[in-house]
Amino acid sequence: MAASLTRRLVLGIYAAIIVVPLVVVVAGSFKTTQQLFRSPFGLPSSLAPTNYRTVLTDASMSTAFVNSVIVTGAAVALTLAIGSLASYGLARIPGWRGWVLYGFLVLGMAVPAQSNMIPQYVLFQNLGLLDSRVGLILIEIVAALPVAVFILTGFMRTLPRELFEAGLVDGAGPWRTYRSIALPVSLPSLAATAIFLFVIQWNDLLYPLLFIHDPTKTTLPLALLNFQGEFLTNYPLLFTGVIVASTPLVIAYVLLQRYFVAGMTAGSVKG
Amino acid sequence: MTETLQERSPRVGDGEARTGRRRRSAAARTHPGLWLFPLPALVLYVVFFAGPTIQAFQYSITDWDGFSAAYQNVGATNFENIATNDDLFLGAATNNLKFLLVVVIAQTVLSLLLAVLLQRNSRSSTTLRALFFLPAILSSVSVAFVWKFMYDPNFGLINQVLGGIGLDGLKSSFLGNASTAIYWVALTQVWAHAGQLMVIFVAGLQQIPEELYESAALDGASQWQRFRFVTWPLIAPATAIVVAYTTIQSFKAFDLILGLGGNPPKGSLDILSTRIYTTFTNSRFGYAAAESIVFMVIIALVSFLQRRAVRLTQHGV
Repeated sequence: MAASLTRRLVLGIYAAIIVVPLVVVVAGSFKTTQQLFRSPFGLPSSLAPTNYRTVLTDASMSTAFVNSVIVTGAAVALTLAIGSLASYGLARIPGWRGWVLYGFLVLGMAVPAQSNMIPQYVLFQNLGLLDSRVGLILIEIVAALPVAVFILTGFMRTLPRELFEAGLVDGAGPWRTYRSIALPVSLPSLAATAIFLFVIQWNDLLYPLLFIHDPTKTTLPLALLNFQGEFLTNYPLLFTGVIVASTPLVIAYVLLQRYFVAGMTAGSVKG
Repeated sequence: MTETLQERSPRVGDGEARTGRRRRSAAARTHPGLWLFPLPALVLYVVFFAGPTIQAFQYSITDWDGFSAAYQNVGATNFENIATNDDLFLGAATNNLKFLLVVVIAQTVLSLLLAVLLQRNSRSSTTLRALFFLPAILSSVSVAFVWKFMYDPNFGLINQVLGGIGLDGLKSSFLGNASTAIYWVALTQVWAHAGQLMVIFVAGLQQIPEELYESAALDGASQWQRFRFVTWPLIAPATAIVVAYTTIQSFKAFDLILGLGGNPPKGSLDILSTRIYTTFTNSRFGYAAAESIVFMVIIALVSFLQRRAVRLTQHGV
């Protein structure tokens, strides 16, 4: 009885620590700075979206939002496509060759982004890919490929060999085996990986910070960071920015929670 | 076992594949078209990832500023300066170490505690698990802004609450206090990710057979003894994953630092990743590359030592 009371107490306190800041942020996005400072816990006196209007017009968050949708959408789709093809090949090339190629690709997970960003910056500059959404999409794909290949190949290797050999007997080449067997079977792992990629690519700050200086090409995390200099301690506006940037993730999380947990766990188990 | 055997035969064949006949039989097994599948990934990876990584080593022994056509090869000078003569780098490394220790210890303990409390799949447990996981999906910049307000010395939520309940003595300037600022950022990191790692522990806990607890209870083991002698040894693999992941995370806390500490972050909040970035934005490409190499080595070393340590404790238990 005492144990269950302690349990409830601990969980209740932790739930409050998670929920209270989030509620204050949501309520705060409808307040003025003075209202927020005077009563941070109070309900907003009106639900007029004044801050939202400011954030989406003056602060060009709407441009950033559109850019984030384009860049993340393209990066997730292409990382998945390239990663899925690679994982199929790597799982099926027999013997040491498949493993060596796999090891070479996955070794990239041990390289922190800061360790190759400088030559990458120079390379992208020479290719005219700075301040370009295409360039940003490209670097996001490249940065995520090792972990995507790691997750997807791990799944492909769990598939029984007979599944593919059945296709070979029927005279189907690797492409048809991929399309009609491997791809449909791996849909759940692709969905989990897609969510994982969505979270890291939507939230990524480093590459936009490095490669994007043109305000019309900026993505949400960078726009948010630049906000800070502009509005300094106008917390209601910062909160509004946070909500605008997080809403797609939270909606997706509510709808697809299982895939979030699976995907983000697979991404962290990389060790 | 059968799989190893199957994989063995082409491996033997590959070694002798010089004769045409052998080659054909290997080809029948490995359709040449298979090599096309990893090709796009490999090309992108070699050109835009592996190549630049090798180039970082080349830059690291130069004094290149990123713009001039000419630069000098300075040998190991950059590395010597980093090791002996760079207070900024040393400060960032110290901060990173403090950050890492707090995050690894606090996050591992907290996520394990939450997992133990929420391991059963009851309705309330799954709801709370989903709630605790939620901050992990937010961008670190968003998390930073939420906590910037929590920590605000004048209007911040924490000081207001402390004042409200008459604990004015506990009020703090939080991020404004240079000697403790990094710990507050560490706690923010724990807030954001403890729920994510809890999930890994829950998965580990649910694999422990119920009978083990029952027989331990029959033997008269207390709740703590059951945790100590049943749960703890059996979730060792999950602990290893959590500790390893949290460590890597602590080196990557770039966005959170820029969000809470500004860009460039003030010295009390600078960690290695932000240090390298600042050196780079100051157009010291060669030196920043050298720092980035040291960074990569530090991460590899810490991960290696940690793996050894985890293995030792697992055998020790």
